[in-house]
Amino acid sequence: MTIKRIGWLLAIISVSSGLAFAELSINAEVVHTEADGNKVIITLTPVPNASSYLIQKSLESGEWVSVIETRDLEFNTNIENDISTRFKVTALDVNRNVLAEAVSEAITTEAKWFNIKRLNRFIALILISGIILYYITRARLNKKIYLRPVAGLQAFEEAVGRATEMGRSVLFVPGIMDLDQVETISGLIILGHVAKMTARYEADLNVPVSRSLVMESGRETVQASYISEGRPDLYSQDMVHYYTDDQFAFAAAVDGVMLREKPAAVFLQGKFYAESLIMAETGNSIGAIQIAGTGSPSQIPFFVTACDYTLIGEEFFAASAYLGSDPKLLGSIKGQDIVKAILMVCIGIGILFETFNVHFFKNLFLGS
Amino acid sequence: MYIGILGAWVAVFLTLSILSYLYKDNVFYKLSEHIFVGVSAAHWATIAFWNQVQPNLFGRLWPQAEVAALEGFNKFWYGIYHVLHVLFEKVFPEETINGVLYRGIGDQPQNLSYLIAFILGVFMLFRLIPKIGWLSRWSLAYVIGMAAGLRLYGYMSSDVIGQIHATMLPLWTGNLGESINNIILIVGVLTGLFYFFFSVEHKGALKIVSRIGIYFLMVYFGASFGFAVMGRISLLIGRFNDLIEYSGKQYGFATPILLLIMVAVLILSGRKEKKNKEAEA
Repeated sequence: MTIKRIGWLLAIISVSSGLAFAELSINAEVVHTEADGNKVIITLTPVPNASSYLIQKSLESGEWVSVIETRDLEFNTNIENDISTRFKVTALDVNRNVLAEAVSEAITTEAKWFNIKRLNRFIALILISGIILYYITRARLNKKIYLRPVAGLQAFEEAVGRATEMGRSVLFVPGIMDLDQVETISGLIILGHVAKMTARYEADLNVPVSRSLVMESGRETVQASYISEGRPDLYSQDMVHYYTDDQFAFAAAVDGVMLREKPAAVFLQGKFYAESLIMAETGNSIGAIQIAGTGSPSQIPFFVTACDYTLIGEEFFAASAYLGSDPKLLGSIKGQDIVKAILMVCIGIGILFETFNVHFFKNLFLGS
Repeated sequence: MYIGILGAWVAVFLTLSILSYLYKDNVFYKLSEHIFVGVSAAHWATIAFWNQVQPNLFGRLWPQAEVAALEGFNKFWYGIYHVLHVLFEKVFPEETINGVLYRGIGDQPQNLSYLIAFILGVFMLFRLIPKIGWLSRWSLAYVIGMAAGLRLYGYMSSDVIGQIHATMLPLWTGNLGESINNIILIVGVLTGLFYFFFSVEHKGALKIVSRIGIYFLMVYFGASFGFAVMGRISLLIGRFNDLIEYSGKQYGFATPILLLIMVAVLILSGRKEKKNKEAEA
C-alpha cells in the first residue's frame, strides 16, 4: 500500500516537474529537392493522451504564429527563404489543456538553382530546342522544305481580294487577351501578313482590340506592313483601335461594327473565350467570309461551326510560316514535325512497356 | 426599395435592349452596346489602377513606414513620396495614427526592383510623344520575351511531357472495357498528332491516318460544342428568370411595360425606315 502511494506521489512530482514532457519533440528538416527551397518536413514524437498538436513558427520579430493544429505526426509546410525559423509544438488534450511543449532547432532554407525532379523536362527542352534549331539552320542554308497545303491559309488572299472587289472593309480581331498569351502574339504576326495584303489591294483594314498593349503592338505591326508594301500613305493609326478590356462588352462592340460596317472578310485570329461564338455567328449572319484561328481547344468547335475556314490548334501557330515563307519559320515547322515523330515513337515504346507491366519508361515522363 | 425598383428597370431595359439584336441592329441595341463598352472601359481602367498599380507597384516601392524612423536612403526616398502626396493626395496617402505620422501604402515588403516595372510602364506612355515613342518598344519587348519564357516551361510540362505520360497506357489491362478505352485513346492521340504533321504530304495510307485523326478531333469538337450550348442555355434561363421576377407588381411590371414600349418603338422606326427607303427609290 505504501509502495503504491509512493508510486503515485512520484508520478505527480514527475508530471509537475516536467519530466513527463521530455517525451515530446519536434524535428524540422529542409526538403532539398524542391526548387523553391522553402519546403520543410515537420516530424513529431507522440505524447500519450494528446488529442491534437498545435504547431507554431517563429517570425523574424521573435513572435510565434500558428501554422496548423493537427493530429498527424508528420507533415510539410513552407517557410520564407533565408530567414532562420524555429517550430514549436504544443500537445493538447481533449479539454485543450497543455500536456507538453517542445521547440525545434532553428533551420534556414534557400532557393535552389536546379530541381532534380524536373530533370526530364530540362532534357526534353534541350532536345526539342536543339532539333528545331538544327532545322532552322538547314532552312537558312536553302534546303527546300515542303509544307502541305492548309485550306484556311490559302483562303487568306481570296478573302482580302473579295473584300476589295466588294468595296468593303476587312475586319481583323486578334483575340481578347494580352501579349502574355502565345495566341495573341501569333495573331499579331498573322495580322502583319493580312495588313500586307490589304496594303497591296488597297482594302480598308479595321482592327478592334481589347488590350492597350495589343493596340500598341498591333499599330506597330500594321504600320510596318504598310511601309514594307510601299504604301505608308494608306496607313492610319485608327485602323487599330481599343474598345474595352471587358470580354462581353468587347464582343458587343465588335458585333456592332460587323452589323454597321458589314465587312466582307472577318479574321478571328488569337485567344478567344466564350465570346467566340457571338462574334462568329454575327460574322456569319452578315455574309462575310470568315477565317478563324485559335489554339484554345474549347473555342475551336464554335469557329468550325460558324466560320468558313478554321485554323485548328497548331495550324494557327504554323500560319505565319505558311504566309511568310521565312526560312527561320519554315525550319521551325520542320523541326517541330521531327519532334512530334520522336514523341510518337516514345509513346509507342511506352505503350509496349506498359502492356508488359514494365513501368520504368513511363516514369521517365513523370511530372512534379 | 426605390433603388431596388430602379435597378430592376435598368436591368430589364438593358437585357431587352441586348436581346433586341435578335431582331436587327436598332437604337436600343446601339444604346446598350455603347453604355456597356463605355462603362466597362472606365471600370477596367479604374480597377487596374486601384487594384494593381497603386497597391502592387506604389505599395511595393513605398510600403507604409513611420516617418520618424526613416533614415539614410529611405529618408530621401520617402521625401519623394511626400512630394507625390502633395500632388496626388488620394493616390499617395499619408496618415497619422496615435500621433505618429506614417507615409506609404499597404504592408507589403519594400522591393525597389519594381522600379524597373515602373520605368517600363512610363516608357509605354512615351507613345504620346512621337520623338521618344520608340522607347515603348522596350516595354513591349520585355512583355513578349517574358511571356514566351514563362509559358515555355508550362507548355512543355503540361502539353508535351504530361500528355505523353498520360498516353502510355497498356493495350490489355485484363478488363475488356478498360482495354478498349485505352486503345481508342491511343489511336486518337497518335492519329490526331499525325494530322498536325505539316512537312509530309498526306496521301495514300498517311491520308487515312490523318483522316482518322481529324474524325477524332471532330468528335471532340461536337461533344464540346454540345456541352457549351447546354451551359449557354442555362445562362439564358437565368436571364429569363430575372425578367419573369421583374414582371411582378413589386417591381412596377418592369418587364411587360418596357417590352411593349420597345416593340412599339421598333415597329414605328421600322415603318419610318421603310417609308424613307420607298421615298429614296
